[in-house]
Amino acid sequence: MKSFWSITLGTLAKDIRLEWRSKDALNAMLFFSLLVVVIFVFSFDPLAEESRHIVGGLVWVAFLFAAVVALNQTWARELRNQVLDAYRVSPAPANALFLAKVLGNFIMVSILEALMAPLFVIFYNLRVLGPAWQLIPVALLGTWALVVNGTFFAAMSLRTRSRELMLPLLLFPVSIPAVISMVAATTNILTGEDSAHFFIVLLLTYDVVFTTACLALFETVLQAE
Amino acid sequence: MKKAFPILAVLTAVLLAYAFYEAWWVAPVDALQGQVYRIIYYHVPSAWTAFLLFFINFIASVEYLANARPSTQRAAKWIVIAIGTLGFIAPFIPQVRQQLPVGMYPSSVATTALIIAGLYFLTGKYFPGQDLDLLAVTAAEVGVVFCTIVLVTGPIWARPVWGIWWAPGDIRLTSTLVLWLIYVSYLVLRRFSDSAQTQKLAAVLAVFGALDVPLVYFSIWFFRTQHPQPVIGGGGSIDPRMLHVLLINWTAFLCFAYLVCWSRYRLEKLRREVEEAEVLESLLEPAGPVAPSSKAKGALNRGPQ
Repeated sequence: MKSFWSITLGTLAKDIRLEWRSKDALNAMLFFSLLVVVIFVFSFDPLAEESRHIVGGLVWVAFLFAAVVALNQTWARELRNQVLDAYRVSPAPANALFLAKVLGNFIMVSILEALMAPLFVIFYNLRVLGPAWQLIPVALLGTWALVVNGTFFAAMSLRTRSRELMLPLLLFPVSIPAVISMVAATTNILTGEDSAHFFIVLLLTYDVVFTTACLALFETVLQAE
Repeated sequence: MKKAFPILAVLTAVLLAYAFYEAWWVAPVDALQGQVYRIIYYHVPSAWTAFLLFFINFIASVEYLANARPSTQRAAKWIVIAIGTLGFIAPFIPQVRQQLPVGMYPSSVATTALIIAGLYFLTGKYFPGQDLDLLAVTAAEVGVVFCTIVLVTGPIWARPVWGIWWAPGDIRLTSTLVLWLIYVSYLVLRRFSDSAQTQKLAAVLAVFGALDVPLVYFSIWFFRTQHPQPVIGGGGSIDPRMLHVLLINWTAFLCFAYLVCWSRYRLEKLRREVEEAEVLESLLEPAGPVAPSSKAKGALNRGPQ
């Protein structure tokens, strides 16, 4: 019997290797969010001052949509050849599998954000007026908030008809407080008008609450057939 | 029990008519808002009813999940007892009492804790097994209807009073909208789910939704809110005559909600019984193996929605 973390890391390594060889999800995600950015550029043509107020929202909407593209792929891969059924009957803890998937998605979405953030800076001529280093915790916590619930609801929507459609329907309502916090924190940092501390703490709370809830309930969802 | 239904229906109709009369002719005119304010007698009771139903849905979902295993069932019982006892005693301890926000009385906190615990055990007693899920889906559906009434009457009231249809920064407006969205997604999940485990998935989603509500509330906390302070137990003041009419209206709405829930519950229960009977029948049918099995599969696949 392997330990919890070795199972997690093994699954994570497998997923990363698969992704590295095919690059399906990453390419789709990158191109999709590039399209979203370009469409935003055509839709809004703001002055530098205005753009600071709206880019926080645009960035996170683009990442949210792109993350859904990646999250939909997460479990679909395991359905082929009944891999998921094998997981179910194996003695491996369900949460190890869940954490591996969350970490995998977290890495993917973080790569996407690192590549896309410069594009927003270029297109909108951004210059941060607040403490820029705070954008890093906001990005990390915000991405975790999207990914942890997204992975959970993706597993849940496996059991439904038209599952690709189902994920955003389940994920977006529950993510609203996280999205409000991310957007408000980013806007506050970009404009430097207000402190972002409150929203960072709120994001942290959101992450802790929902990570706990996901870990407590994932086994129920995995075994539901 | 079935005889009680028409009696209750007539009583509810009478009560609603009386509440309508009180709201339109007896209640005094508001000094600042004029006649427009009378929408309060529909807006506020609907909101209270919707929140109560969502709360029942949450309790039933938690209990449904907890009952899956005997160990969690026992643990959940003790946790609920602990919540009830602690919640009842703690607000009266002076140190804790000082921490309570202004306008929140220790007695109201204690009563709420008792109601939570009581509701948990009552639903467990009267709705055993799958009936808990029936209760959850009934409460969610009727709750969404009442919540829709709140969201429709809100802007109608806000336009003449605040001058705008919708205040995006308003804490109660926005959290009600998010609550509505969460419960609509709950109903969508039930509609779209294929497996026989829909109940479990829906219960999980209900728990997530309930966890979300306080976070929604705090995330909008920073924006200045346009709503009046809570009417009962809060700093805001309301004419006692208006409060009287408001409570009559709420009673009427509660009776109406109870009536609708009752008939929806019976309908859902009958639907499931018919489904089970169909499956059983198709299994027992001695005819060729292809047709009955496909029929049984179809019946199963429709699933409890």
